[in-house]
Amino acid sequence: MMMSQEELVDTLAGLSLFSNLSRPQVEQVAHKMTEESYPAGQRILRQGFSGTGFYVIIDGEVAIKIDGEERARLGKGDFFGEMSILLGEPPVADVVTTRQLRVLHLGGPELEEFLRDYPPVMYRMLKTLALRLRNASRWRS
Amino acid sequence: MAELSQRPFPPGEYPVVVVGSGPGGLQASYFLRRLGIDHAVISADPSPGGMFRLFPFFQRLLSWTKPYGPVPRDHRFYEWYDWNSLLSAEAESRALMPEFMDGSSSFPSRPEMESNLAAFADRARVTVRYGCRWEGTRRDGDRFVLSTSDGEYRARVAIFAVGVAEAYKPDTPGFELVPHYVDTRAPNTYAGKRLFIVGKENSGFELATGLLQWAQRMVLASPRPARLSVNSHSLMGVRARYVLPVEDEILGGGVFLLNASISRIERSGAGFMIHCIRSETGSEVAVEADEVIAATGFTCPLLDLPDLGVDVFGRSRLPSMTNYWESATVPGIYFAGTIGQGVSGMKKYGLPANSGAVHGARYNTRTMVYQVARTHFGVELPRPEIDPAALVDALLREATEAPELWNQKSYLARAFTLDPAEGIRDEGIVPLAHFVDEEGTAAVAITVETDDTGDIHPAVYMRQAGRPAVETLLASHPLHDFRGGENRARLAELLRAPTAGAVR
Repeated sequence: MMMSQEELVDTLAGLSLFSNLSRPQVEQVAHKMTEESYPAGQRILRQGFSGTGFYVIIDGEVAIKIDGEERARLGKGDFFGEMSILLGEPPVADVVTTRQLRVLHLGGPELEEFLRDYPPVMYRMLKTLALRLRNASRWRS
Repeated sequence: MAELSQRPFPPGEYPVVVVGSGPGGLQASYFLRRLGIDHAVISADPSPGGMFRLFPFFQRLLSWTKPYGPVPRDHRFYEWYDWNSLLSAEAESRALMPEFMDGSSSFPSRPEMESNLAAFADRARVTVRYGCRWEGTRRDGDRFVLSTSDGEYRARVAIFAVGVAEAYKPDTPGFELVPHYVDTRAPNTYAGKRLFIVGKENSGFELATGLLQWAQRMVLASPRPARLSVNSHSLMGVRARYVLPVEDEILGGGVFLLNASISRIERSGAGFMIHCIRSETGSEVAVEADEVIAATGFTCPLLDLPDLGVDVFGRSRLPSMTNYWESATVPGIYFAGTIGQGVSGMKKYGLPANSGAVHGARYNTRTMVYQVARTHFGVELPRPEIDPAALVDALLREATEAPELWNQKSYLARAFTLDPAEGIRDEGIVPLAHFVDEEGTAAVAITVETDDTGDIHPAVYMRQAGRPAVETLLASHPLHDFRGGENRARLAELLRAPTAGAVR
């Protein structure tokens, strides 16, 4: 799947993570993040590895695995990698592509400034993390 | 020698066809021949050199060759100080770049680079059918059929080394009115002009630096702020050679760096009106200029390969590839040279490898050709057995002076398998992302990485049989000699159990 820059900006504007940004801001995001492509079956995040990045899925799907056991799947518009960057710790899970994956990537060291530059993205991310926390609490109770 | 007067590689059936005569095509052909794999090399160009026959526009490269590095030119680690020579096992075709440099800079000029590549083709006897343009591709059973200006080539394996060199301009209204970087005119024709450059990557800053003494005013615009390599701890961002316009901007000297997207470009009198939207505020601003140049990047000229099923992505239309630079969607199609940058690898701390430049691509290409040889032609590459007592030394020596590990940090690694049935075997250079995910036999790999503080240190990846690899970071050293006692002890401890099983 090949997208023009215009189509990429349209796609990003449609993702909930970026939905509160202005069009010029989304264009800037499209230039700040790098588009990457991974074949099926590859790990993007690796349990216990340092120096990982932040990823937003624009096409495809990944499985989240802890010690080889699948826990969840993420698809278009979902993001991953923020937890270990925010905590400064290696990921506690593997993230593995289930099919061809297209992502936007931001280097770990750039995430803090990125979130400060775009408070609406920070708010959206916080909301997602709150949802994950609530769901995790439900499983425990 | 009647064949010398004839063009080599007439159309027909070959085990492998290589397309391109830039650094990638020359390097691929060199290693294919070394492994005894018959192949044809075709190129639309009239002579070797690829993009270096034309670019960079201002005639000096961004990649260093230090004629007097800390190690002699026949030492393998010299390749870390010489980013522009192609790889060769023979003295007469190795480390050729310094021979052609006139001493005025550690960055070779474009003509010097072109001479270096032509000398490599000559002395390494890499033969190319020049003036043969690849025009299209189709499948016929298990063969790829490449139609060219000279006729059809058929092969089981096709290697495309066609660069990322096709001018790209966005489809925003008005871009059709203005030239791309590749159509920049002679510098003196910009004398006294108000110049607007779209793009704040290296090509934009190359033009800005070269035209600084000609243009009366320069505006560089793109949505993201300019990023500098000295801040990114890598080659990512504007290189130090091109930072002068940034300083002029800071000092208010007639250079302006605008974070804005272009909404449209219109003619205005003899010049142009560029309508911009500021990225931070969303406010509109119109800038008048006499000249506009779109330094908006390049794409891969892959012709009809997407119709064959080759998936491409991103602004540069790079192919989606495996970690061995094979099309992820059409097996048997491989990529050499700068296209290899489409394989991200680990990108630790967000730092990309140097696959888009000769000094990274040359190792990728060799690793790819070895893989082609193993998987398509049953070539068994040497896997020397290592004495267990020598493994720690071997690993730390690699981290300290393996040019592959220094040029391709966190991307290529030196691997040793620790199989009880075979002993310890040197597996050579492997893509790190492949090694850490392959659940094969027990193995260890070492690489060099730069972290977010700029610290350069070795990283070790240990794999138990059938399990993914585990990472251990070793200590850095003020002079980058990683062979000290602390690292030796750490590594010996890590290797004790796994190598015990591999001692026969």
